[in-house]
Amino acid sequence: MMKPGTDNLLVVEGLDKTFTLHLHGGVRLPVVRGVAFAVRRGECVVLDGPSGAGKSSILKMVFGAYRADAGRILLADGDGLLDIATASPREVMRARRGVMSYVSQFLRVIPRVGAIDIVAAAAREAGREPEAARARAASLLTRLNLPERLWRLPPATFSGGEQQRVNIARGFAGGHALLILDEPTASLDAENRNAVVELIAERRAAGGGFLAIFHDEDVRARLADRLIDVTAFSAQQAA
Amino acid sequence: MSAALLAAEGLCKRYGPIQACRDISFEIDEGEALAIVGESGSGKTTLLNLIAGLTAPDSGQVRYRLRDGAVRDLSSLAEAERRALMRADWGFVHQDAARGLRMSISAGGNIGERLMALGDRHYGRIRAAAARWLERVEIPADRLDDPPWTYSGGMRQRLQIARNLVTSPRLVFMDEPTGGLDVSVQARLLDLIRGLIAEMGLAVVLVTHDLAVARLLSNRIVVMKGGEAIESGLTDRVLDDPKTPYAQLLVSSVLAV
Repeated sequence: MMKPGTDNLLVVEGLDKTFTLHLHGGVRLPVVRGVAFAVRRGECVVLDGPSGAGKSSILKMVFGAYRADAGRILLADGDGLLDIATASPREVMRARRGVMSYVSQFLRVIPRVGAIDIVAAAAREAGREPEAARARAASLLTRLNLPERLWRLPPATFSGGEQQRVNIARGFAGGHALLILDEPTASLDAENRNAVVELIAERRAAGGGFLAIFHDEDVRARLADRLIDVTAFSAQQAA
Repeated sequence: MSAALLAAEGLCKRYGPIQACRDISFEIDEGEALAIVGESGSGKTTLLNLIAGLTAPDSGQVRYRLRDGAVRDLSSLAEAERRALMRADWGFVHQDAARGLRMSISAGGNIGERLMALGDRHYGRIRAAAARWLERVEIPADRLDDPPWTYSGGMRQRLQIARNLVTSPRLVFMDEPTGGLDVSVQARLLDLIRGLIAEMGLAVVLVTHDLAVARLLSNRIVVMKGGEAIESGLTDRVLDDPKTPYAQLLVSSVLAV
């Protein structure tokens, strides 16, 4: 239970998820059961476990992109708490503008929009003025070593690593309190991985919270304050 | 909390033996885009016509918050009031541009007509606004005096959008706005619509059978089947974790959304 006076950004309790595949005879695929953990301000919590253990599903439930079958996902929203598991679409939309952002493994490319505009749009959605949003986007793309000649181009033709850096810049642009990262460094070389680690470390030092999946041992060692073993919530064993 | 911009409540419509819409309710506010998706015959176009006041429901109501803050039931508006609303506060982008444009008057005339309907009579000002909007929807300025029948399909759709947005409406209805266009032309149009929604803080009700279009443009989705709203919610949740058998079928039938 989240208590007043703590600096928890996120408290997850009793979270269950099962997929029911109606097109395949109603097969039920239990994913996780009884997931419980918390993320405090200035903390980087890393979900650990083998592929298929449900790590990405947990991230998606926290962001509201997957339904939770049971449990609570309490997000600190201003002075109050919002339970993402039961929040209305509008409340989730508001939390995504102001409180949390999500960096997926792959950039969902938007046709014809330049890299810097994609990043600046995320900053604007979080409430920055157009000029400030653009400046913020430029500074993030610089830090992430995206060559300036690419800024105005749509990322569709970029390499995987370049697209991923645009994606990360977009996730960071809004200055959200909680960042949800799904293997953000997977397609990056050592230098760019390092740039991402520094960006995360800096934001964490400023009080930002992170809920992340990192497969890279070096990245984990440098950033993880706590590892959560997701196999402890295995629904297959419990079933 | 103030009332929603538009609220549909328990809308029902029957055509003979066919229940085209059954008990549909939703709300929409400024800056929100709601996609109504489903196959042909699912009732989505009927629903759009009900909420745009083009068809009267058998039961249920549509409430709309006017610019002065007053909330009115659309069925209580006099015909003149409804027309004024459609001219000043609403836009309607049709799949078939010929329904939304006058094909034989100039592009400038098509855009200017909406302004004149609101009482503007200054020729220079109207022409300047038309030219500005032509540029905004990426139509070359030298096509201002050409009628839309000389335009390509993609240009016609962009002109239709300019005609609708020149009066700064608060709510825009779109019926398959990218239907029948080449994929490359669709991408350009989608990007344009996306930008305009964000810039102008529009509320949009979008009917489409194309889930990729819904993903790109909307925050929320209503899935229609057999006249019923069988699933609704955040766009990414409905598309990434569909709950009902039909929504799962719909999502799994698409190559990549």
